Order: sequence, then structure tokens, then C-alpha cells
Amino acid sequence: MLLINCPYCGEREQEEFSCGGEAHIERPKNPPELSDDQWADYLFLRQNIKGLQFERWNHSFGCRKWFNVARNTATDEILAVYHIDEKPPQLESNDPITPCGEPKIGSGNFSTTKK
Amino acid sequence: MRLNNNKNLNPKKQISFYFDGTKYQGYEGDTLASALLANNIHLIGRSFKYHRPRGIISAGCEEPNGIVQLEQDEFTEPNRRATEVVLYNGLVAKSQNRWPSVNFDFGEINDLLSPFFPAGFYYKTFMWPPKFWKTYEHFIRHAAGLGVSPKKEDPHKYEHYHYHCDVLIVGSGISGLYAAKIAASEKLQVLLVEQESETGGSILSANNSNNKINGQSQNEWKKEILEELHSYKNVKIITSTTLFAYMHYNYLLGIQDIDPSRGNKKNNSIRQVLWKIRAKKVILATGSIERPITFNNNDRPGIMLAGSVSKYLNGYGISLGKKIIIFTNNDSAYQTAIDYHHHNIKVSAIIDIRNEIDGDLPSLAQSLGIKIYSGYVVSDTSGRKKITSVTIRKFEEKDSNKKNTEILECDLLCMSGGWSPTVHLFTQSRGKLKYREEDSCFIPDQPHQQTISVGACNGIFDLKSILEDTRKSVRDFLDCKSNDGKIEIYDAEEINFGKQQNSWLVSSKDKISKSKMFVDFQNDVTAKDIKIALSEGFQSIEHVKRYTTNGMATDQGKTSNVNALGIISELTGVDISNLGTTTFRLPYTPVTFGAMAGRYVKEFFDIERTTPIHEWHLDNDALFEDVGQWKRAWYYPKNNETFNEAVNREVKATRDSIGILDASTLGKIDIKGRDVSEFLNRVYTNAWSKLEIGKCRYGIMLGDDGMVIDDGVTTRLGEHHYLMTTTTGNAASVMGKLEDWLQTEWPELEVYLTSVTEQFGTISLNGPNSRKIVESLFPKQNFSSDSFPHMSFKELEIDQVKCLVMRISFTGEICYEINVPSSYALSVWNKCIELGKNHNITPYGTEAMHVLRAEKGYIIVGQETDGSVTPVDLDMDWIVSKKKYDFIGKRALYRSDTSRKDRKQLVGLLTTDPSIVLEEGVQLVEVETALPMPMVGHVTSSYYSPNLGRSIALALVKSGLNKKGTKLIVPTSNKSIEVEITDPVFIDPKNERLLA
Ligand SMILES: [Zn+2]
Repeated sequence: MLLINCPYCGEREQEEFSCGGEAHIERPKNPPELSDDQWADYLFLRQNIKGLQFERWNHSFGCRKWFNVARNTATDEILAVYHIDEKPPQLESNDPITPCGEPKIGSGNFSTTKK
Repeated sequence: MRLNNNKNLNPKKQISFYFDGTKYQGYEGDTLASALLANNIHLIGRSFKYHRPRGIISAGCEEPNGIVQLEQDEFTEPNRRATEVVLYNGLVAKSQNRWPSVNFDFGEINDLLSPFFPAGFYYKTFMWPPKFWKTYEHFIRHAAGLGVSPKKEDPHKYEHYHYHCDVLIVGSGISGLYAAKIAASEKLQVLLVEQESETGGSILSANNSNNKINGQSQNEWKKEILEELHSYKNVKIITSTTLFAYMHYNYLLGIQDIDPSRGNKKNNSIRQVLWKIRAKKVILATGSIERPITFNNNDRPGIMLAGSVSKYLNGYGISLGKKIIIFTNNDSAYQTAIDYHHHNIKVSAIIDIRNEIDGDLPSLAQSLGIKIYSGYVVSDTSGRKKITSVTIRKFEEKDSNKKNTEILECDLLCMSGGWSPTVHLFTQSRGKLKYREEDSCFIPDQPHQQTISVGACNGIFDLKSILEDTRKSVRDFLDCKSNDGKIEIYDAEEINFGKQQNSWLVSSKDKISKSKMFVDFQNDVTAKDIKIALSEGFQSIEHVKRYTTNGMATDQGKTSNVNALGIISELTGVDISNLGTTTFRLPYTPVTFGAMAGRYVKEFFDIERTTPIHEWHLDNDALFEDVGQWKRAWYYPKNNETFNEAVNREVKATRDSIGILDASTLGKIDIKGRDVSEFLNRVYTNAWSKLEIGKCRYGIMLGDDGMVIDDGVTTRLGEHHYLMTTTTGNAASVMGKLEDWLQTEWPELEVYLTSVTEQFGTISLNGPNSRKIVESLFPKQNFSSDSFPHMSFKELEIDQVKCLVMRISFTGEICYEINVPSSYALSVWNKCIELGKNHNITPYGTEAMHVLRAEKGYIIVGQETDGSVTPVDLDMDWIVSKKKYDFIGKRALYRSDTSRKDRKQLVGLLTTDPSIVLEEGVQLVEVETALPMPMVGHVTSSYYSPNLGRSIALALVKSGLNKKGTKLIVPTSNKSIEVEITDPVFIDPKNERLLA
């Protein structure tokens, strides 16, 4: 279970939060001018990165504020927590090494595989 | 046989227990396993597939064989490891997987049939043509499963416990205790957790006359350290607690047996506690587990792990044999021979795979006159219910030639195939392992969290190095700056260990395909099974595991996983380091469902919400329906009425005179701020800017995919003040969604949302006579349609209590909804009932509410909609603004899919036979054809309408809006029901009753 540092309340257990999916997807200001494909892109298409992903989180059983989290989805490390209106931080590693050295796509626990 | 000089047991406290119906004696401090062994009981159960006789092989949680059914009736628990069960007076245990008895088991025939149970047997059987299944089902059902689950309710209580600490130390062996001492002196909050009922780890099995620490026996050393730890206020020690999961951010779960010596029978008291621990740093001192050796018939009772044999001798004072043979590939098993020598029992022979034996322990054994067969192996054993002899031969030779073999009689065979560090928690924490070739160990490499491994779980096995390494790594890890002199330096005599020699498979006179070389004892997986899996093309270790089921039993392969890897490596010629390991999954040991559920059972399983009028419903014999967490009155049967009779009466009375409904569960959100009108314009499909103060408007809320997510009436209370209502079930999610839009997309809007659902009780008066009640309730107000028209609001007072009264309707009748501050809701309700007596005021529940709204063709979100329905599909085009540039969901309403003309659309349905009430959810077809029939729609709501004297239904039908008057068919298993597509409004289509 994650330990999430709410920018308003501090460190709290994951069970107090809910995840709102990929961050930095802005609702278009001009929907009527968009093609079906463009609208579908906003509506349905999300990244599912194995590695650094920016996510929206809500402190739903706490202050109820939305904020952003930079999380390595392969290791579950939270690399940064920042306000909802902030730009994603420039993080050192955009390609974090998975903890067991497993391949970037797929799963498997080749814990002893040498590079 | 019990020797008389044991240190752990209190010889005065003898207690009795029952195994398979026979009474035996043991001592307090025994485990069930030690007590059984002391009574010379080796045959504990039958194996899973072949029903072979099996006995205890270990003295800890790794035990694959010694599993029993503990206690009876509601207290029973299957698959308990006898090696972990603390003996208590009156304990009752039974052997498992045998019929009729463990000594005479009918299933033993499976052993003779074993060629029919190869690897992948279940998969292959399932893949055969179905008709074969009948033949095998009986066979498989009988063979599958070990113990039996309790059938009665669990009488115990379970608790959850949250704990935060600076340092969590897992394991209280030498390195764990030492680490605790160092951490404690640093004034850190320390939690030391031990899975056994007593601290000490390997100290409990140590021989007191050697392996001293600073000249003290290990027992004395432990006593001293424990005394010191108990003197610290910042140290907490818990025993009988297994940490079974190591998750993110040093979050660990443990399960504690409360007072295990009181046994399983703790009626109504707390039996186990689930610990949820968040630690800043974790020190793993989890020790190591000895590996068996894989040779033919290596599973007979009386074949045990050498280290465990020492533990029974040194810790429990039990000698397990008179003719003892040891089979090893490393030095550690020599200690067992030396331990027995100290008790004046001579080990008959040590069979050592190695040609070169040069360690200190073998030299000592040799000097004690113990016979050592160097370069020899045990290739087979005999003895049906207990071992009687072993066949030995030179390692390099084959024993197809009888001349090469020798038979040695024995009643106990101690084996040691080396030690595997207990790295389960480390890998659960996502640390990376590395393989150490010389002693075939997977040892911790890079940690992923704030954790270190010390002692045997770090692959360090000799006492001197353990002490040195623990001191250094713990001090580094905890960043200890204090001077070195503060912590005592412990030292031990240096012991030279000879090199280990691995041989994963010891061949016998039988070919592998005919042999019984067990790898996973609990799941009865043999070397042959692994060979078959490999020959059938399984390569990945994860696949071999699943195909053979190796390591998938309740012991999770603690003694078998590394051996399986070794065998694969030997058979394929691939280095173990390139095979990888299977995933070490949580839980480390089995966890009870009771502990996971904790106190969240029965009425505490989920929150129950009741309205301020709930008491009245109870008093008036209401039956209740769960709507989300709410308990809502469903119907109020009178004088033994049936469900249908009661609902029909309630529905009819409402249309004829007056019905009263408790609508307090409706979600209510108070919305204030400069930009509320603009906000509502964005979240609802219709326009809100021009709504006058004191007026109400119905709104439909969409997701941005254009699908209906909620509906409700919103009232403008003031210039910048609105009250929104939501459906009962969606109140929380709508609130969340509105907050989301405000915070993340429209921070420029000044809008404040406050949930007031529970601040108001809502009383809904419906029917032609409802006006008479409100006129008496609020005598100063004129309720004529001119001064208080439909869809308007007034703030009125009853006895100085302010009420928000809306004239809105969900029945199609004149209706007044009175929102009263919750604490007054019951008294206003009672007042309404009193005032309505002369008009046959009838309380109605949710069922009548559904019928009434269906008669009028009003939708229910979640019933007529399912997340794939747009307002256009509902024929509610009128509520979708064409003028607004944008609102949530607008753009999606003219995507190619949402604008299709053949979408499912809301219509009414009337059965040709008016007495048939369709089942909700049934499919509709145009013509009956062979299966599968093309389906054109489905029924969403269906009721008997007492006002129409016939059945009615609502349905979603493809292009339904253009098909009114068309007939469709509901095919059911025994008949076809004809229906006609109609308008969904069955009563008062001109709204004359509503607006009267
Ligand atoms: Zn917060």
C-alpha cells in the first residue's frame, strides 16, 4: 500500500485516496470544432506506461483536494507530488529501471538475469 | 523418546492431547509435532496424490508433510502445520487425506496407479472430450483437497492493529536480537517480531556446549540481551506473529496468534490480530530453511531435515532414533551427529556426497569415532510406514549393479541438501536476488526499499561472521554515530566450513520415469514430473511450476522451490542463475479469512444509513430494501398482505387520494457562489441562466462521453444559491465529479459545494388530496396552482421550523416535497399522517414509487440507463440545449456512434395478454428463428399497474421511436410472449393530473 504525501495534509495511507487516471489531460476549450477522432482522443485514449507516469489523485477521505503524482508504475515509487495546476516536473530518470530487471514490456521476474 | 535434560520444557507440566482419537501426553512448551514425535508417532498423514504415508520432516513453518485438521466443529481448521501448533491441554488433531485411517488408507492404491498421475494430469484430463470427464470426476474430486473447511460460523473475534515504528526487525534469532540491541540503544522506536512462540530462532536448536558467544552459551547470551531489551521503553517484542507480506513503502502485514497456548477454542474472545505496520526501516533477520535431497523414496516417515532433528534434540529433549544415518552434501549436518554424541547416542553413519571433506565439524565427528562414508550417496530407502533401511553406493557409480550397493539399517535418516536463505520478504519488497554458485543460494542483492538483510537470510551461516556482519550492517543502516564502545562487540570461535557439493538428483536403480524422487512433498511432485514438463516443451520456470504444481501447495514450496530449479538446471544444462526464480508471493504462510475481515463482519461489514424517519417505518412493519448503503422502506404490508397486494394498495391509494413517501435519501447538494448558473450550464444539458428565483428545473447530467450519469431537480433558492438533488445511489459520485470539474478544469468559477443530504429529511406528499395536507400544515400559504405552481419552491414554516417546500413530482400527481431539518423530520411526518387520516393517507415504499413513475414513463437512472444510453436515446431531446456552445457530454452526442438512427431507444411495451408481467432484463426479438436469435432490445422496467388493471413495461428497442404499434416477441424457454411497442407514458399523457 502506498504512502502518499498529500500536498495539503501530509503523508497518509493510500486507502484515503482515489486515483483519477492520467494527469495533464486538459478538456478542450472548443469541443464543437473538434473532429470525432480528436474528441475520441481526449475522451478515451490514455497512456499506460511501464515506468514514469503522471497521475491525478484525490484525497477523497481527507481534504478532497485533487493533486498530481509522478509515479513509477513499475516500482510504485512516488517520485513527486505537486499541485493540480503545476506543470509536470522534470525528473532525472524518464526511463526508470524496473526493480527486478524485467523487460520494459510484459511481466516476469527474471530476478537473476544478468545484463 | 524424551530425554530428561531439555531446557525449554517445564517437565512438571504434563498435558494431554488427542491425535486420531487416541490420548497422548506432552509437555507445555511442546509443539504438536514435538509431542507426537516424543510419542514416537511419525506417520502423520497421507500424501496428496498418491496417499503415501508421510511424517514430519521439519520443525518450522516450512513443514510440507506434518499438516493436520485441528479441533472440531466451529473451531476446526484444516492444513495446520503440526510444527507450528503450540500444544495445549485437550488439543484434538486428526490426520488428513486418509480414509478410513492413516494406517490403512484406501487411497494408497493411487500410489500403484501413479503412472496415471503424471505432470499436467489435470490439464490433460480437462482437455479430453467431455464424456471422459464423467469417468475422472469422481477420481479427481476424491483426490483433491487436503483438510476440510469448517461448516459452522467462526466463533472467534479478530482485530486489526495499526503500528508505526522507526525500525522493524523481523526474526529474533542471533542477528535479530543483536540488531534490536543496537537499534534500541540508538533510542529508536523498535518493533521486534518473532513467528514462533518463543524468541531465539536458531538458538532454540543450538547445542549449549559449543558455538558460544563471548564464551557464553547462546541461551545465556539470549537471556542477557532479552533482559536488556525489556528494560528499554522504546522496544516492543511480539511473538507468535508471522510477517507474511512486505509491500510498498515499508508497509508490512503480520498475523499474531493471541495466546497460542490457549489453543483454538477461544469462544467470543480475540484469536488473532492482523498487524498493519508502517516502518521507517526494516531489518530482515529471517534465517534460512534447510533443503531436502532428491533421491528415490525420499519421503518415508523417519526421513527428516538434519537441522530440525537437532532442534527436536536440543530444544525439546527428544531423541528421534536409535539407528541414525545422516545424508549430507555439506558440513552443517555433522552438527546433528555431534549433538547426538553429546547425549551419548551414536550416529551409525554419515553418508557424504563429497570426496573431500575438510571442515572443522567433520573432523570433530571423525574424532568422535563416527563412521563417515565419503563420496557416497543414499540412492533408495525401504520401510512402508517408517524408514527401515537405506541403500548406499559411491556417488560416481550406478547402482544398477547390485555389487556396488550396500544396505544399512536405520530408523531415522537425517538429510541436508544445504540451506536456502529465507528471502521471501526481501523479494516481496521487490529487492533483487543474486545466485551464489558455491552453496546454491539465492541471496539478497539490491534492496528496493529501506531494508537490509542480516544473518542467515543474507547468506551468512557461520556464527562469527553473523555477529560481525550484523554489527556492521545494522550500524551503517541505522546511521549510528555513537562511539563504538557503546555497543558490546560479540565474538565467537572461528569454524572452518568445507565446500558444499551440489547434486540435485541422486540416481537410483530405477530410471527417473519409474522413480519416486519427491521434490514437492505436499503436492506430490516428483523429479519425473519435472522431466515430463520439460520434455513437453515447458521452458520458463513459471510454466514448469504451474504445469507440475511444484511449490503451489499450502507450504508454497519453502523446501522445494530451489531443488526444482536445480533439477531443471541439471536436466537442461542451463545455469540456475539463468533460470531465475519463481515469484515469492504473499502471504508467506497462510492467513485466516477471519483475520483479514477483522471486525468488519455482519452489521459492521458496510455502513448502514437510515433516514430520520426510519423509526416510524420500523413501527409500521415496513420491509426494507438496500439502496446503496441506505435502508429504504420497500413496502408496508398490512394484515398478512402479500407483496403484490401491498404494493397495489399503495399505488392505487396514491393516485386515488394521497400517498406519502420518505424521500430523505435523495442526494442534496447546496451550491453557492457568484458563478453557479454558469456552472450548472456546464454540467447539465439544459440552460439554467434564466431560471427564476423560487423555481425548480429538472436536469440530466452526462459524462463527457454523452451517456446519462444522473438526473434530478435543482431549485434556485436565491440569486447565487441553488439546491441540487441527485439520485440516492449517485449522491457521492456526483459530488465528487462536480468537485473534480471545479478544481481541475474550471478553477476560475466561484462555486461552493456542500453536501446536505443528511441535514434534511424529505417528505413527499403525492396525489389529488396532497394539497389538503399542505394547506393544513402551512395555513398561511396559498397552494393554488396560480400562486404555487408546479416546478416552484417556497420557504415555509411549521412551528418556527423552516421548511423548503417544492412542488415537483415523480408520480405524475400533484406533489409537494417538504425538506425539513433532520431532527424535525419525524414530527412533521407524524403530523402529515395525522392530518391525512380522513383522506386515507397511505405510506408507500420504493416498490410503489417505481410503479407510479413507470405508469408515467419517468426514467430511473441505473434502470432505464446503464452507462450506454444518451438523453436522445431516452427521447429526451427536449432537455438537450441546442443553443449552448458546450456542456459536459455535448460533443459526444454527435459522434458517429451516438448519432446512429438504429440505437436502442426508450419505448413502452404492452403485452397482448394483459395479465403477463414480463421479467425485467428479458430480450426482445422481431421473429423467432433458430438460436442465436437476433435481439432488438430488452425490457428495463416491468410492473403490474393497478391503476390500469394490466401489466406495463419500459424497454430499450433498436429504432424503437419509429416503431410504435409494431409487435415484438419475448422468447422464453416454454412460451413466446407477444408485445406491442407503445408510448412510454401510460397515464395522463396530457399532464392534467400533474398540473391540476
Ligand atoms: Zn489532503
